[in-house]
Amino acid sequence: MFSKEKLLSAEPEIVPQRSKSFPLAWIEERVDVEPLRQFIRHKMVPLHRHSYWYYLGGMALFLYMVQVVTGILLLLYYQPSESNAFESVRFIMTQVRFGWLIRSVHAWGANLLIALAFAHMFSTFFLKAYRKPRELTWVSGVVLLFLMLGFGFSGYLLPWNTLSFFATMVGTNIVGVLPFIGEFLLRFLRSGDSVSEATLTRFFGFHVAVLPMVTAFLLLLHLWLIQKQGMSVPLGVEAECRQRGTSPRKIPFFPDFMLRDLMGWYLVLGVLGWLATLYPWELGVKADPFASAPPGIKPEWYFLFTFQTLKYIPAKILAFDGEVLGILAFGLGGLLWLLIPFLDWNPSSGRMSRIIQRAGIWIVIYILIMTAVGYVAK
Amino acid sequence: MENWNRRRLLQFLLGTGIGASFLSFLYPIIGFLLPPRSRASGPQYVEAGKPEELQRNSGKVFQFGNQPAILIRTVEGELRAFSAVCTHLGCTVQYVPESKVIWCPCHNGMFDLHGRNIAGPPPRPLAEYKVNVLEGKVIVSRA
Repeated sequence: MFSKEKLLSAEPEIVPQRSKSFPLAWIEERVDVEPLRQFIRHKMVPLHRHSYWYYLGGMALFLYMVQVVTGILLLLYYQPSESNAFESVRFIMTQVRFGWLIRSVHAWGANLLIALAFAHMFSTFFLKAYRKPRELTWVSGVVLLFLMLGFGFSGYLLPWNTLSFFATMVGTNIVGVLPFIGEFLLRFLRSGDSVSEATLTRFFGFHVAVLPMVTAFLLLLHLWLIQKQGMSVPLGVEAECRQRGTSPRKIPFFPDFMLRDLMGWYLVLGVLGWLATLYPWELGVKADPFASAPPGIKPEWYFLFTFQTLKYIPAKILAFDGEVLGILAFGLGGLLWLLIPFLDWNPSSGRMSRIIQRAGIWIVIYILIMTAVGYVAK
Repeated sequence: MENWNRRRLLQFLLGTGIGASFLSFLYPIIGFLLPPRSRASGPQYVEAGKPEELQRNSGKVFQFGNQPAILIRTVEGELRAFSAVCTHLGCTVQYVPESKVIWCPCHNGMFDLHGRNIAGPPPRPLAEYKVNVLEGKVIVSRA
């Protein structure tokens, strides 16, 4: 088939360039990484006076990675059963080298992650980065925040201490008062009628398998959308550029933006290390399902504003159950928040847009005040 | 040239700084991965039943701390106890009355009734325990 001449005149074998280091040259001989290199070389990121808000998303992503790593480490010793859950966490904290640190980083990391996710969401909201074509990025981001709250709620029970036991009891009861689906949801979450070992096993399953799987998918979608559409430039900056007849300033993603992002990650790591070492997360007292609840049971701070609001709602509003109305109102609020890009159809100058932005300011003020009141109230 | 040197110095400091902090994160993680050693080495003695429960030319495996041990009554009626963990690859051994040896089924290792490795791959004898009969109970203790 092949003549000798043809074989001799064939292209010489590709020899790796001498300037490239060994592993890179070795990989390039086998895989074409040129498109990836070109992509990294040409990716640009807008730079303007509001650019620093961009780093919040990266910081939250970094904390999520910290949670995955520390969570996997804790899995090596944790035992999800009523008789062993508390003891295994105590074993981690007292017997395993640096166990107290890993657990403290995981607990503090969860709180910081939710705080940063909230800050990232509100910055996106006030900069109107949800506007066309980024509606799906907003929706995926809000769902990711809900998932983070789910992680917080399910993970809180796992050490099986008194506080987490009763917080789960109250939290699942709140869901249970919903009309039509309440009872189903209550039994689904608790894996029975009361909070028991079955609940612990179920929450463990949610925390380490179901939620991570859904989160991984949505996170990839969120990042892919950001990558495809680029970062949003605020309307004000866009208008200024139009007036001047220029386009917004940009910087290369690599290394300029990436190094700035890394600085943000390092800052978060510093804060996390400071909190985890100087204020180690407590273990509390082992849950006793047949003991009465201690006074002052409160949920984690990120649920405190809803918890506090429900306290103020009267038992009966007209013919309706006050608590049910309150929970439905929060549900409706969450749904409207998710659909904001579709409600604000004219973000640059619409009347609706102004109303939504003002509502956003009041929502932030409301959350801050109710959280503070929830902390102070007995 | 001066700028170039400054840049290299800064790159060196950044690189070593990141590398050193990465190592400092790795240290607690590796420490965490290694399980803590159990402080106690287990009980010093254990009750292994009553002497009359074990017939001549037979043996039984029992728990000693967190390890298995084997109690044997010889044809002559003498009680002997050894660690039941084969010195080859850690399988649990058993007594074979027909050939009067302690036998490891995993790789056909054999020990005599003094715990000495006599055939197959086991490299060392079995650890021997002291056996005493006190108030009608067999007490096995570490030698």
